[in-house]
Parts: sequence; C-alpha cells; structure tokens
Amino acid sequence: MTKLEAVIQPAKFEAVKDALIEIGVEGMTVIEVRGHGRQKGHTEFYRGREYTVDLLPKVKIEAVILDEMVDKAVAAIAGAARSGKIGDGKIFLSRIDDAIRIRNDERGENAL
Amino acid sequence: MRLVHKLLTILIVPFFGATLVAQSATAAPTIAQLQQQIADAKGSADNAWMLVCSALVLLMTGPGLALFYGGLVRKKNVLGTMMQSFAMMALITVLWAIIGYSLCFASGNSFIGGLEHAFLHAVGAAPDADYAATIPQQTFMIYQLMFAIITPALICGAFAERMKFSAMLLFMAMWSLLVYAPMAHMVWGKGGLLNASLGGRFPTLDFAGGTVVHITSGVSALVCALFLGRRVGFPKEPMPPHSVVLSFIGACLLWVGWFGFNAGSALSAGSLATSAFVATHFAAATAAIGWAVAEWIRNGKPSVLGAISGSVAGLVAITPAAGFVGPMPALLIGFIAGVFCYAMVAVVKARLGYDDSLDAFGVHGAGGTIGALLTGVFATSAINPIFKDAQGHTLPVGMMDGNFRQLGNQAIGISIAILLALVGTYVILQVVNFTIGVRVSAEDEVQGLDLTQHGEEGYYWEASMP
Repeated sequence: MTKLEAVIQPAKFEAVKDALIEIGVEGMTVIEVRGHGRQKGHTEFYRGREYTVDLLPKVKIEAVILDEMVDKAVAAIAGAARSGKIGDGKIFLSRIDDAIRIRNDERGENAL
Repeated sequence: MRLVHKLLTILIVPFFGATLVAQSATAAPTIAQLQQQIADAKGSADNAWMLVCSALVLLMTGPGLALFYGGLVRKKNVLGTMMQSFAMMALITVLWAIIGYSLCFASGNSFIGGLEHAFLHAVGAAPDADYAATIPQQTFMIYQLMFAIITPALICGAFAERMKFSAMLLFMAMWSLLVYAPMAHMVWGKGGLLNASLGGRFPTLDFAGGTVVHITSGVSALVCALFLGRRVGFPKEPMPPHSVVLSFIGACLLWVGWFGFNAGSALSAGSLATSAFVATHFAAATAAIGWAVAEWIRNGKPSVLGAISGSVAGLVAITPAAGFVGPMPALLIGFIAGVFCYAMVAVVKARLGYDDSLDAFGVHGAGGTIGALLTGVFATSAINPIFKDAQGHTLPVGMMDGNFRQLGNQAIGISIAILLALVGTYVILQVVNFTIGVRVSAEDEVQGLDLTQHGEEGYYWEASMP
C-alpha cells in the first residue's frame, strides 16, 4: 500500500479529484492548507501598511492506494494539476504498513 | 387624518373663506387660527424628518460603526469590538436622560449647561425656540442623544483589541460628561463660548460636529493609543483586518446614516437640509476617490479598504461644513480630506509608530480638523446667512465671503476642542487606570477580548458540532 499526498493549487482541485475517481481511486481525504515551496508569496496593503503573505492557500489530497495504482494515480494528478508555472505543487509517496477498517476490523488491502 | 384635515382646511379656506365669513361670522376660522394651522403643518413635517434623522444617526453606531470597526480587528476580537459600540447605545442613553442632555443644552455658563433639564425635566412637546422652533424639544433631545452615542464610540478604534470592558465603560461614562458635554455646550448650547448663532464670544462654525464630535473623539483617541501603548506584537506581527467585507458594509451604512447626521443638523426639513445632504454626499464621493487614487499611485492598487476609509474621511471633513458650503466646495473638501487622511494614516502614523489600531485619530482627528478649517474658508451666506448685523442685514460668513476673521475663530474652536480632549482624556485615563486598570493582561490580549471579556466567540464553526 502506498500513501499519496498531493499538494496542489486550489483552483485545480475539482479536475484532480475527477481524474482520480476516473482511474478508480475509491477514497480520499482533502484538507485546505497553507504553505509554500519555491513559489514566492505576495504583498497586501491595509491602510498603507504592507503585509507579506508567504504562506499561500493550497489543497492537500491524501489517498492510500494499492501499489499497482500508483503510476496511474501520479499521472492523473500531474495531468490535471499542471499549468507549467511555478506553484503547481508536489506529490509525495510513502509506504503504508497496515490499514484497518473501523466498521469490521478488516485489515490490509481489504480495508482500502 | 388630522393632518389631512388641517391641510384641506388651509387649502379650502382662502377660496371660500369670504363667503363663509359672510354667511356665518362665528364659524369662520380667524387669521390667527389659520396661522396656527400652517405652523402645525410645518411642525409636523419637520418633526417627521427629525425623527427619521435620529434613527439614521443611531444606525451609524449600530450597525454602521460596529461593523466597520468589527471587520478591521482580528477575529478573536470581533465581538469585543462590536460590543464597545453597542454598549455606548445603552450606557450613554441612560446618562443622557439623567444629566447629559442638561449639561449640553440647558442654559448655563459659557462652558457647561446647568441642571434645569436634569432627568429631562421640562423636556416635552413644547419646542425650545433657541434650538429648533418647529419640533418638540423631546425630538431635539433624542436627536442630540444619537450624536452623544456615536462620539465616544468613535474613540474605540484607538484602543481596540486591548482595553478592559469594565475600564472602557467607566472611561466612556466620564468622558461623555467631562469632555463631550462641555464641548457640545460651548459650540451648540445657549450662551456657549463658541456658539455661532446664540451669541458666543468666538463664533465657531460647526454645522454637525466637526469640533464637537470628530476632533474631540479623534484627539482623545490619540491620547488613548499613547496611554495604553501598542498591542502585543505590534508592529512586528501582521494584524490585517479579519473581514474587510464587514467593514465594507459598515462604511456604506455610515455613509447613509450620515445624511441624518448632517442634513438633520438643519433641524428642519427645508432647503438647508437638502443643501447639507448634497454637500455630504459629494464630499464622501471625492474623498473615496482621493484616498483610493493616492493609494493607487503609491502602492500600485486601489484597495477596497482604502476607498471606504476615504469616504468616511470625507464624511468627517464635511460634517462641520455641510450646512454652510455649496456643492463645488464640498467636492473639493472631500478630495482634500481623502488624500490628507491617507497621508496621516499611511505615512505619518507609520513614521511616528503609535498604535492607533483602527485609525480613529488619523481619520476623525485629522479629517475633523481639516474640515473645520476649510469650513472657515468656504462657508457662505448664500447657503446659510448665519451672521447678521443689528439691523438684520446679512454679513459675510467664511473667508471666500470676505470674512477673514472666521478662519481665526475656527482655529480657536479647534484649539479648545484639542485642548479639552487632551487634558480631559488624560485625566480620565489616569483615574480609570488607578481604580480598575485600563488594559487587559498580556495573556488575555493574546487570547482575545471575545473569550476573555465576554466568554463568547464570534465565529463558532467547528466541524464536529452538529
């Protein structure tokens, strides 16, 4: 099992979600987050006072999927989220030891 | 129905009066009765307008100012800030009924009114002809109360996010009686030192409260900001407004309510009210443009907060001038105020480093002062022939009219307002600080006024709550 964490532009969320569902990803958790990579923040002015906003709003999608799904999922996310400009986001992959379905104690891949 | 009946009588009598008189001399109304009926009809019109204006001025404090200030603070302080405005609607009303109105408007000496109207004694349906001859004195009383409510509420912008609620109540109660009442009496009260129409020593033109409302509150705000000190984390920590949306709604309500404030200060429903209404609206418009354009040039973008702050600055500046100047000077006064207040807030405040959190001084103190001075420049007898000689001939009013001394009188009025606000506010703050302490603890300040002062949160949006 692999955990996939994708941090993307909020505007691309609907497209990415639809692309993941289309290739058969059955569950995901979505969090509104703030953060930045290499993309610079922006400045805001309130009554002449300057505020630098360097943590920008992003959407983070988490999904734990079968290992054989990983390549398709990564391609789906990248295809839907890419604009080619700085700030498009990142995808992180990590191994998952186990999973438990709370409803009936199913474990491992059966719980996904 | 009674009014309709009276109007019909007035219209019909001139046509048929002669025959009526011929037929039955006893039933015909006398000239005196007719004059009385005309006066009654005019009185009813004026009274209707003044009651509407009273409601409009209350609308400026709640929701207007409460939303304007509430949006500008961080979200942990939104309720505490709104409550400060709302508390004035309750607290000042009670004080006003007991003694405030009397101290402002009863006959007294040059500086303060007497106790003739304490507990609203003899304030009823009969007009006080010195102030407003066509409306019940009770209407005048309730209208003026709305001014007494918003003036201290304006100060709240300076000590936002860090003053104890209990200290704020005590401060405001004392301020209303020791600063507002003498200033209102001096400028508007019978025999007041600065009264322009009732024989003041230094006639200061202040149509709707440039000195009484905005300079006193603005200068007091600065004293509060300096006395309380900066908020924890200022200026290193960013403290942007938590909702410019709320502030936007508040500013628009202020603009609308200000028609009651300025046009209502004609105290009648005639053409002077229209003139003040027009001047008020025009100044708000150009001030919004002035502030936004200044910002556009300096920062590259015209902000929404800038545009609405500008309109408030223009409304402040036109307040003393509203019933004395024509539409074109109003456009100019507004524009000057918009640019000037932007410079005060964005440049001067930043350079001096005091934490006037919501710019009560930068907008009301600075805008009120520039407005009171420009009133002395642009006031004209063509709009308001307030000065007359012993024979009743109209005298020049402002500098453009040829009355150069008026600028000096305006400066005297402004100086007295500033001095009274400085000294009065400082003394009151010392007393409040000595008795209950003005400022919340640092921990409470970090946690926010909503929780620590009121035990509530403005936005209770927990996902787990059903």
